[in-house]
Amino acid sequence: MNVKIKNLYKKFENKIAVNGINFNISENSTLGLLGPNGCGKTTTIGMILGLIKPSKGEIYIDGLDINKNDRIKLLEKINFASPYIELPKKLTVRQNLEIFARLYGVRDIENSIDQIANDLDLKKFIGKKTGELSSGQKNRVSLAKSLINEPKLLLLDEPTASLDPDIGDFIRGYLEKYKKNKNVTILLASHNMSEVERLCDEVIMMKNGSLVDEGTCNQLIKKHGRSNLEETFLKIARGK
Amino acid sequence: MNLSKIYALSLRHIFLIKSSFPRLLDLLYWPTIQIFLWGFISKFFTLNSTYYNNTVGVILTAAILYDFLFRSSISYNMMFLEEIWSRNFTNLFISPIKISEIIAALTLTAIFRTLIGMVPASLIAIPLFGVSIFSVGPALIFLLISLYIFGVTLGLLVTAGLIRFGPSFENIAWASLFFLAPLGCIYYPVEILPEWLRVIANALPLVHLFEEMRNILMNNTVSYLPIMKGFLISLLYFTFGVFIFYLAYFGARVRGTLINMGE
Repeated sequence: MNVKIKNLYKKFENKIAVNGINFNISENSTLGLLGPNGCGKTTTIGMILGLIKPSKGEIYIDGLDINKNDRIKLLEKINFASPYIELPKKLTVRQNLEIFARLYGVRDIENSIDQIANDLDLKKFIGKKTGELSSGQKNRVSLAKSLINEPKLLLLDEPTASLDPDIGDFIRGYLEKYKKNKNVTILLASHNMSEVERLCDEVIMMKNGSLVDEGTCNQLIKKHGRSNLEETFLKIARGK
Repeated sequence: MNLSKIYALSLRHIFLIKSSFPRLLDLLYWPTIQIFLWGFISKFFTLNSTYYNNTVGVILTAAILYDFLFRSSISYNMMFLEEIWSRNFTNLFISPIKISEIIAALTLTAIFRTLIGMVPASLIAIPLFGVSIFSVGPALIFLLISLYIFGVTLGLLVTAGLIRFGPSFENIAWASLFFLAPLGCIYYPVEILPEWLRVIANALPLVHLFEEMRNILMNNTVSYLPIMKGFLISLLYFTFGVFIFYLAYFGARVRGTLINMGE
């Protein structure tokens, strides 16, 4: 799926959250969405998912405007994971995955769950209640939920936030493999710059609701005369 | 509407009830307590009141029907609140399910949740107090359907409030039915109310439904006209409730509250 964002603008009462941004994500590529807290990343993701109505501008996914065309049809091919939203805690991992598999119209539910449990190493705790899992396990379950429908567009909001380096690396490795094997377009919002360098083909930087820079990681590092993306991010975020 | 998606959402709540004994106990406990409380009140009134002296069980039947309405509404609210409490709200609204399917799933599952408590409680009343709500006869089905539609409508309005104002609206969820109960004339005829309040009371389906329930039990005659009136008023409010729910949803999309709704 390709995504075209045209002059996207969102105002909440007196605050401009997103200020007329434009960007594209080409099919089967990964775009990093970077910026300091409160810069408008989550609002942008919310608008792409159709959860937030833009004040102005258009969002085209495979040429269809999510606010005008059949949002439900588009959502069947999209999914989202974030550590800030959770799955019902009293349900087991398998029950949660079954419910979302049904909601997304997955055909072979049992096999799909078994496959994803195998890939993400969920088998040991698939019968446990989701609320009883460690944050690393919960994160993998959340990722499994976001992949249950084999999305063509995957939105990830800090998928490895608060994870230990080992599990973080496991998830990054899995996402790399997944992208190689499946035709998937990814929008990744992250504060982990090494993760962005490893996973993203291109990045866009947001600040105060506006898009302030874009390019490949190497292009941005070179342009700002820094040695890595973290330093580049700090330079842009602090305006130095 | 996609039945498979409606089933999926219902399954989420069925799994929840099945997996938790305290939740199941909670569903059974309150209706049973109500039966005991109103059973003894009913017994006292039938022995000491001229209005009720020939009609054992009018109060208890009214209490059971009112509790059915109450449980329907609370069940609907509770299932919606579960999504907020578990922070699953965003997952639900980004999955490819229509608002009409969410409403259908909550409506269908609320009856399941309500009956878990109401069926045993109604059956207990038979040996304990000699009162069977089934003595209302076939009209009982129409009374229950009308009350259920109205209960779900109140649930719809409260959940619309939750979407609009956030979890702080939760307290209204519990208070909504207590506010309407005095006007519903559940245990007394509408004539008890001052004339100006009767106008409001008559605009509610409860007055017509409970009035006819008393008529059936006290006079052994059935008039389907008030039941039909109650049913149509319930249906009208239900349509209004659906409209308000959609309005709240579209308003929440504008305000951006769907993405971070949680405790």
